[in-house]
Amino acid sequence: MTGHLELRGLRKAFGGVVATDDVSLIFEPGTLSAIIGPNGAGKTTLFHLITGKLPVTAGQVLLDGVSITGLDRREIVRRGIGRAFQVANLFPTFTVEDSLAAGLMAHAGRTASLLQSFPPPDVKRQAEEVMELCGLTHLARTEARHLSHGDQKLLDIALALALEPRVLLLDEPTAGMGPEERWRMIERVQRLWAARGLTLIFIEHDMDIVFKIAQNVRVLRYGAVLAEGTPEEVRRNPAVVEAYLGAEHAL
Amino acid sequence: MGFARDAGWALAALAVFIGLEFIGLRSAGFVDFVIRFATFGLLALSLNLLIGTAGLVSFGHAAYFGMGAYAFGLLMQTGQWSIPAAILAALAATALLALVVGALCVRLSEIYFAFLTLAFQMLLYSVILSWISLTGGDQGLMGGIPKPVFLGIDLARQEHLAAFGIFCLLVSAVILRQVLRSPFGAALRMLRDNPDRAAFVGLSVFRYRLAAFVIAGTFAGLAGVLMSLYVSGAFPTFAFWTTSGEAIFMIMLGGVSVFLGPLVGTAIFLMLNDWITALTEHHGLFLGAILLVIVLGLRKGLLDVIVEHWRARKEKQP
Repeated sequence: MTGHLELRGLRKAFGGVVATDDVSLIFEPGTLSAIIGPNGAGKTTLFHLITGKLPVTAGQVLLDGVSITGLDRREIVRRGIGRAFQVANLFPTFTVEDSLAAGLMAHAGRTASLLQSFPPPDVKRQAEEVMELCGLTHLARTEARHLSHGDQKLLDIALALALEPRVLLLDEPTAGMGPEERWRMIERVQRLWAARGLTLIFIEHDMDIVFKIAQNVRVLRYGAVLAEGTPEEVRRNPAVVEAYLGAEHAL
Repeated sequence: MGFARDAGWALAALAVFIGLEFIGLRSAGFVDFVIRFATFGLLALSLNLLIGTAGLVSFGHAAYFGMGAYAFGLLMQTGQWSIPAAILAALAATALLALVVGALCVRLSEIYFAFLTLAFQMLLYSVILSWISLTGGDQGLMGGIPKPVFLGIDLARQEHLAAFGIFCLLVSAVILRQVLRSPFGAALRMLRDNPDRAAFVGLSVFRYRLAAFVIAGTFAGLAGVLMSLYVSGAFPTFAFWTTSGEAIFMIMLGGVSVFLGPLVGTAIFLMLNDWITALTEHHGLFLGAILLVIVLGLRKGLLDVIVEHWRARKEKQP
């Protein structure tokens, strides 16, 4: 099984401000992990470093034992790290089906063709599979800009998933959703993870969600790892309780 | 498939037009209008590949129009070239110019891209003005362009030229439509919608934009060839910024989001222009005012508005 992600002494400084401070973490293949921490703890920065959106100051990112540090971000996607964004990052005038087909073709390097009609039948079938998996089939012909907020985030995840990542990073998949929509989304994410057997890492603010679905939790504060372990261990960790969770989550 | 259907429509349109000419619609005014429509329609259509599809607003598109006209005119004046060969050579020269300018421009975003394309156009304009021994400077290419007959087509006759112009326009439209329909066209639209995510899923922003720039420039070059045949010469104004501006106006009038929008815009623009020029000598003032009202009033092109209404009605009654 592949999808082993290791961060080794990862460090990022913006001038004098250290956003990521000597972070060493291992994400085992096929696990579902949450990253939590107060605002400004460096969670999204960590994702930027893993995906090559930001260059690292020091340290290494290894995917299945091979360093991907400093590679072009398109290459990192090709190696198997997918990402969905905090604010859905879509192609507004593309329908759901065309978004996925376009993503699939770009990923496969098949967009140079002038003679075919877009989307070719085989790509269309692949897009249909992804829509089926993500529960977007009924919205196939809807343009991305006309989708609801929740469906836009779902399409964003579907677009990342279409590229068949081994490791998938989700930056606050439930941000900006109402309580009910939140749970539907998180159940969907859990099902995707189980169906594809990938290594899934998500950033989340809602502790109920984190403790319900994550197999293990990493807590960041001031860019450094404060604690890690199973939800139960993290919940009982005195440093975490003091720094972050507050009294109502203790015990 | 889509391509065969487009080609069928184009053939039908060509047949209708030649039929019209055949049954006697050969008034000088009509034939003259058709030639200008084919020329500027092709210019606007090619520019809309950049503006509407790729999201690149070029203010310097007339550079390729001028390049096509001068390259073709100069080749024909040597007396050594047949018309089809000179057209191909002029298109190759225009494509090369677009490749060089595009390579320097397409990395820039929005306003910088617009201004740099404009700057290169004005550079070409200055070269045309100052290289008098080759281009005739502000007098333009004088002495007329020889138009040897090929395949029984005599472009010295206006009605032949009109049919040839329509033929060039239709062939180009069918090709451009295929470009839009292809995976390549989808890639251009991805880059227009969200270059960041497009790069993330694996597209090279530079290569695709450059390819679009060269394709658009080449078709603008063909429009320039038609213009050169029409006026039997070439003039510096072909490469002046006002020519680019007119092409942008035609697109705005007709609509950016519908394939045929620029052609509708071209027809409206030319008719308005002819009509107002006949009425008053202050035609610039009136034309400008009318265009302002249309653009500000609709805030979209005419075909954009019509298609949106039609879609909205269709959704209401499923």
